[in-house]
Amino acid sequence: MKTNRFSSPLPTGSKRTNLFGLTHQQHKAVKVFLQGMLYLSPSLIIFLVFVFIPLIRSFELSTYLTDPIGRPAKFVGLLMYQRLFDTPVFLNSLKRSLQFVAYTVPSTLLFSMVLALLGNLRLKRIGIFRMFFSITIAVSGATASLMFLYLYHPTVGVNYLLGLLGIPEISWLVSEKTALFSVALTAVWLQTGLNTVILLAAMQTIPEELYESAMIDGANSWNKFFYITLPMLSSTIFFLLVIDMLAAFQTFTPIQIMTSGGPLNSTNLLVYSIYREFYFNGNYGFAAAQSIMLFLIMIFLTVIQFVFIERKVFYE
Amino acid sequence: MKHSFSFRHILSSLGQYAVLVVAAVLVIYPIWAAFNLGMMSDTETGAYPPIQFPTGLRLENIQRALEQAPLIQYLWNSVIQSSLVMIGQLVTASLAAFAFVFVDFKGRNFFFLVFLSTMMIPWEATIIPNYLTVKQLGWTDTFQGLAVPFMATGFGTFLLRQFFLKIPRELHDAATIDGCSNLRFLLTIVLPLARPALGTLAVYSFLQTYNQYLWPLLITNKPAMRTVQIGIALLQDEERLMINIVMGG
Repeated sequence: MKTNRFSSPLPTGSKRTNLFGLTHQQHKAVKVFLQGMLYLSPSLIIFLVFVFIPLIRSFELSTYLTDPIGRPAKFVGLLMYQRLFDTPVFLNSLKRSLQFVAYTVPSTLLFSMVLALLGNLRLKRIGIFRMFFSITIAVSGATASLMFLYLYHPTVGVNYLLGLLGIPEISWLVSEKTALFSVALTAVWLQTGLNTVILLAAMQTIPEELYESAMIDGANSWNKFFYITLPMLSSTIFFLLVIDMLAAFQTFTPIQIMTSGGPLNSTNLLVYSIYREFYFNGNYGFAAAQSIMLFLIMIFLTVIQFVFIERKVFYE
Repeated sequence: MKHSFSFRHILSSLGQYAVLVVAAVLVIYPIWAAFNLGMMSDTETGAYPPIQFPTGLRLENIQRALEQAPLIQYLWNSVIQSSLVMIGQLVTASLAAFAFVFVDFKGRNFFFLVFLSTMMIPWEATIIPNYLTVKQLGWTDTFQGLAVPFMATGFGTFLLRQFFLKIPRELHDAATIDGCSNLRFLLTIVLPLARPALGTLAVYSFLQTYNQYLWPLLITNKPAMRTVQIGIALLQDEERLMINIVMGG
């Protein structure tokens, strides 16, 4: 603060102005603002270049026909959005993505709830089981996809074991009827670990007294689960619901490794469709329109979450 | 608990263990099957009925996979990419979080909302322009291209801010009066105090980047720049599964 000596010998609040016609207080505010911006600037520059400007450019691209390397060639307005709903590509992807969400999200929550309840039992060596139940956290999407690709192998895979149990052969990834289900199973397996860990952690914060007083009132295990555990976990379950839905809409890796969108586009989920349209077919505008639709879906889900949480806060 | 050692009690806890074991086996089976496959000899892989337990520890399979593809190179690429992103995020996020807590500038809340809003924008919505940008910059097949777009984080900034808020403001006031600059305060007081939060962010960002698939797939073409996740998906035989477990974990 060397300049202060010359601009203002008085304490702050002086009306004396400096070189730029600012009062001492304003001068200080500008300095503090610049310092704040200096600290934010590394993040802000990256956000600007790789998040905000690209988002606008995505929208811009979606209103153009482009040349094969992605340069806008001809302005077509909202034609691409019209095309989204006129041609089967997007509608099929949207339908398949919604189907995928319906396959994966409820079952992931159900399985991880069962595993978390098991992991929450008061038994010796329960730590080992907790570790097994959460082990898929350590598995990457690519690794899981390759493992399941092997399990779905018609002869050496899991079909043999299912045969021993009397279950007829399943065509898994080969048939368009079962392919999406097979990919969904992989996603559920992969996502269950994280869900279990978060549910287990939440379960351990439920006060023991609640269960004790319920026991005195003669509650059985079912009562305790439905009237204590489930309500106490409601916000965690809702959080997981949103996280799992967003993850399901963003699924890409298992599709690319296991099915490449096939057979007959039955596993051509939104993100894979975006990838295929711009990377292989060079339809940048069309792919950008799809990505804007994906963005709107995700924003919609996030807003719902905020509305819900807001309401919950008022409710409590 | 008088009855805790009764016959019924033992039976019920045995039953609970049985359920636990069944659940654990179901969760573990895919990993077990892959491990088993990685240990098979060439004749065993084609056997019917398929072999369910390894007959020996065949480490030569790993060696063969290593000879087939530059897996060490892939692994190294992934580690470099993930470390760059991790360091980048730690630097940018701690600077920004510091400003949000200790520098009382005008528009602070607005910029905080800007940071939070980045969490709502899915990466897929911006991926096409980002791909074009990186291509234009000539950053395909480079570590800049792999890492720079991810070096800022709304989530990480939020995480660190929440932690910095717990540091008493008096500490900052006292330091300022003693003539300690903000940057020095950040480096010598705030960061050492925030080690747990920094550690969390470091692990999170490293793993997040290590598991990336779509972005490295788009911007790396040369085998020498492939990351592990892409590399293992490119290997097209059984050995890959063994390598998977070793590296994917």
